[in-house]
Amino acid sequence: MSAAGWEAVIGLEIHVQLATRTKIFCATEASRDGAEPNTLVDPVTLGMPGVLPVLNREVVELAIRLGLALGCTIAPRSRFSRKHYFYPDLPKGYQISQYDEPLCTGGAIVTEVDGEERRFRLTRIHLEEDAGKTVHDALRNRSLVDYNRAGVPLVETVSEPDLRSPADAMAYMKAMHRIVTALGVSDGNMEQGNFRCDANVSVRRVGDPRLGTKVELKNINSFRFVGRGLEHEIARQVDVLEAGGHLVQETRLWDEAAGVTRPMRTKEMAHDYRYFPDPDLMVLEVDEAWIERVRATLPELPRARTQRFVDALGLSAYDADVLTQSAARADYFEAVAQAVGDPKLAANWIQGELLGLLNKDGLDIEASPVPAERLAELLVLLRDERLSSKMAKACFAEMFSSSVAPADWLAAHGAQITDEDTLRAMVAAALDAHPDEVAGFHAGKAQLLGFFVGQVMKQSRGKANPQRVNQLVRSQLEERR
Amino acid sequence: MDAAPSELRIDIRQVATLARLSLDAAETRELEGALDRILEYVAQLDELDLDGVEPTSHPVPLRAAWREDVAAPPLSRDEAFANAPDHDGTAFVVPRVV
Repeated sequence: MSAAGWEAVIGLEIHVQLATRTKIFCATEASRDGAEPNTLVDPVTLGMPGVLPVLNREVVELAIRLGLALGCTIAPRSRFSRKHYFYPDLPKGYQISQYDEPLCTGGAIVTEVDGEERRFRLTRIHLEEDAGKTVHDALRNRSLVDYNRAGVPLVETVSEPDLRSPADAMAYMKAMHRIVTALGVSDGNMEQGNFRCDANVSVRRVGDPRLGTKVELKNINSFRFVGRGLEHEIARQVDVLEAGGHLVQETRLWDEAAGVTRPMRTKEMAHDYRYFPDPDLMVLEVDEAWIERVRATLPELPRARTQRFVDALGLSAYDADVLTQSAARADYFEAVAQAVGDPKLAANWIQGELLGLLNKDGLDIEASPVPAERLAELLVLLRDERLSSKMAKACFAEMFSSSVAPADWLAAHGAQITDEDTLRAMVAAALDAHPDEVAGFHAGKAQLLGFFVGQVMKQSRGKANPQRVNQLVRSQLEERR
Repeated sequence: MDAAPSELRIDIRQVATLARLSLDAAETRELEGALDRILEYVAQLDELDLDGVEPTSHPVPLRAAWREDVAAPPLSRDEAFANAPDHDGTAFVVPRVV
């Protein structure tokens, strides 16, 4: 909601690049790191006369996987159509896409927005091929085209207009991203355009059942852009309407630098789609056995995993949410928790120490210099009181910067002192050495307790168990009263 | 010959603009007539009662052929550019479109 009395109605279309090795209708690699322009092309990609598309089975498998995870109905028969438009990013003059008979219909994303569970329905998920990339050279009045991306498999996920605010849109997009990456359906890389979002947005007076004029908003390919872009577009629409103006149905582009949306001149203006079933491709048939086979391989989904971390491992809802932000993070946590046998300890260390240092260096957990087994080794030493928590933190900092093994660090620095007789003797020595302070304590200076603890810690070079020292200082001071 | 029903008329100028074809008046008239005749031919179907008949997109019932997700070598750039009207050695070059 933007201004009092107004409500936004938002639907999202998210294009997700499927994680296949090859393109959707031909055997050329879908992507390769550092591939030069037009080196991932073949006669099908280039739309040469006489070639025929042949559907990649893995594309369908991944789309079924996503559909099942989102509770969609998988159509036993679906169809590919040709979507025609006059634009050079697809050399054959049309895009192969599913139109009136998509592979998946229905389903929903269930997620939390501001602590409240919300269910956003999906309309459909369909298969299509990506287009090439055009770069416009205004100076020389020409366009340059790279077809590496043309024919890369995508699913387009279309939501119902169930979202009511930028916060809803961000939550939906994040939940979708978590699901596609947890399923391994896509790498979800947003910088490379492998997870792209467009929004349809309109506003209306609260309580008005009619829909307002909708605008398609593009260039909102990050969670932040979705939030900010929609916020500004909603405010713009409300301003126009409150000033007595009219909105036109159009495509607008979010300009992050300027913080405004602008009308867009696009290939959308060049559409005359004239959809018809692609005669080169047969009806796509998916039988029940295939669907059940895929269903049997579905991993635990992010929301279920979050819930299990709360129910079975005793984490707080907040901790469970942070630790299931990505499948890699949740895997890391589970590995550590299992090895240490203390989920809460593992959760605290991952969130407090590890994520802090990773964020500072801008690293994902996959690239952590401290692998899960190493952190587990450290936490076992902490659990068994071979290290105090202060020592463990010092050790962890070195593990992170120089990959030292916890056992080696322990050998170099010495273990925590927990032996009762040793500690008792150290405390007695500290009291013996400071009779004036002992008298002071007995005269009522309670804060001197900390002084004695400090003396013992200093004597032990930080290795005495601080909790035990604290208790022993207390009891020995009482004994000497 | 009667004109095709208006909703089937094709706006030749619009299509020509999108396709970046420049047609003179005579060509426009000629193509308009030709396309109208094609539409009329197809419109004969409207004379039949087709309720409950599934649209035929393939004359022969065939199952889809599958490809496994296995990569094959792409074309070399030289081959890829061989038929291109223009290229700069890296990209296909086309008239400016936006």
